[in-house]
Amino acid sequence: MTTLSYAVSDSATMLRRNLKHALRYPSMTVSVVAVPVLILLLFNYVFGGALGAGIGGMSTGGTRYIDYIAPGVILMAATSGALATAVGVCVDKTEGIVNRFRTMGISRGSFLTGHVVGGVIQTMISVALVIGIALLMGFRPSATPIEWLAATGILALLALALTWLSAALGLVAKTPETASNTPMPLQFLPFLGSAIVPPESMPTGLRWFAEYQPFTPIIETLRGLLMGTPIGNSAIAALAWCLGLSLAGYLWARTAFNRGAKV
Amino acid sequence: MTASSATALSPAITAAGLRKSYGDKVVLDGIDLSIPEGTVFALLGPNGAGKTTTVQILSTLIPANAGEAHVAGHHVTRDADAVRAAIGVTGQFSAVDNLLTAQENLILMADLHHLDRREGRRRAAELLRRFDLTEVAAKSAATFSGGMRRKLDLAMTLVGDPRVIFLDEPTTGLDPRSRRIMWDIIRGLVADGVTIFLTTQYLEEADQLADRIAVLDHGKLVAEGTAEELKRRIPGGHIRLQFADLNGLESAAALFGSVTRDTEALTLHIPGDGGIPALRAVLDVLDDASVEAESLTVHIPDLDDVFLTLTGHPRSGDQAGLQKENAR
Repeated sequence: MTTLSYAVSDSATMLRRNLKHALRYPSMTVSVVAVPVLILLLFNYVFGGALGAGIGGMSTGGTRYIDYIAPGVILMAATSGALATAVGVCVDKTEGIVNRFRTMGISRGSFLTGHVVGGVIQTMISVALVIGIALLMGFRPSATPIEWLAATGILALLALALTWLSAALGLVAKTPETASNTPMPLQFLPFLGSAIVPPESMPTGLRWFAEYQPFTPIIETLRGLLMGTPIGNSAIAALAWCLGLSLAGYLWARTAFNRGAKV
Repeated sequence: MTASSATALSPAITAAGLRKSYGDKVVLDGIDLSIPEGTVFALLGPNGAGKTTTVQILSTLIPANAGEAHVAGHHVTRDADAVRAAIGVTGQFSAVDNLLTAQENLILMADLHHLDRREGRRRAAELLRRFDLTEVAAKSAATFSGGMRRKLDLAMTLVGDPRVIFLDEPTTGLDPRSRRIMWDIIRGLVADGVTIFLTTQYLEEADQLADRIAVLDHGKLVAEGTAEELKRRIPGGHIRLQFADLNGLESAAALFGSVTRDTEALTLHIPGDGGIPALRAVLDVLDDASVEAESLTVHIPDLDDVFLTLTGHPRSGDQAGLQKENAR
């Protein structure tokens, strides 16, 4: 009983520490929000005319391009937000405070839990900001409140999965620079899926990749929930990917944390 | 539970046959320790001798490949949580949260020790005062000097009132004044009855602080005892004569028989305790032969000599010592 209450209170202490960092040094959070906002502006206003016309005849669920890309860019916000955790975890590791926590009689999981929960909260805030900006730019989702709730749920689940992966990457990275670079490919994966253009428009090899990579079913589910496009079995695939990645990231991070001090 | 009654009598730290290697590199090659409660133990050794590895094993950070260790009556791997609850560790690299203020760092520790809010704030204020950090309590740790960071680091270690404290090179990289302040703080801790396990590469530091000293070299303990015992183990002191030229050195060397001479530095080391009769005898011999020495110094053995004698090589980075050895 006390073990559990200590685990909760230690994790809450770590979460407070994490949120205090974010409030006091918001530059990371700002850059995490800025990237998807820039992508949204760039693809809607600069490339939007040509791309929107080019994919007009495909299964985009609407005639307006903003309605097609907004769900994809919202997902990018969830991705880039989650990956910021790698940097935070790695900074703590290289500054030695992780070793201090390891030698203290505290709940073993609290350090990572604090980072991950803090990361998910920050990510969801930046997701909300990006949704707000998309709405200002004319994004008109047709979702019911239930569908909004489901969309929020799938985004939170994705954020959780990527944040655990990111925490593990932060623990195994040697320097904060590596920790910030390693997850970069993950941030570009949505581009190679159905975030910006439908996979049907891509060459065969790439299309195959786009259809089977984890982000595509998640984007399709999100788009289905927000815009009413067909979801099909994307929802099951999206849930499976999110839960699988969460578990893998969690186990990896735990092992990396328990493996002990750096040599 | 029966162990707890034995804890009061048993040593604070014991280790038997600790071994650790990384791949082919053997870092610790069979370490045995027994450190009584309420004493300061110094582990002395050059860089790479295995000091930090020893601290990491005893403080539950890494497991040993072989051997057993108990800290505060608990086994370091089988009962790691109980060990963690009893110890405090201040590592070589300050483990403070740079993005928090000094006070917030201390309160973070208080929260993790599950002190209630008021008690936590009281402890933090008390430690800030004790470590002379009250004025900078609201400043972010990132702005602190090396000495201040080390003080804050140690203050954070003390929040949980540990019974056994590990200090891994607590003064490395500090200026002399900060080092003195750290020494005073460490002496104050001993007065409170805690056991301190200290590692250092400064012989003076071990001499100043420790009840017992062990010398670690290439993963093995090569000597253990009080500073006095260690000093007694090595050949006595010597009288050092400095000459103006090689002629003077050679003729003096012929007079004294079995002495160490350094032709580069033009010095002669005559073994002896450095007492007045010995000094007078040396001067008489020189006078009688009309050999003139430039200067005379009496050398009483210190821990540096202990170190050289026991490890067979000078402290790492001690270039002067290295040259002297080669010249011999």
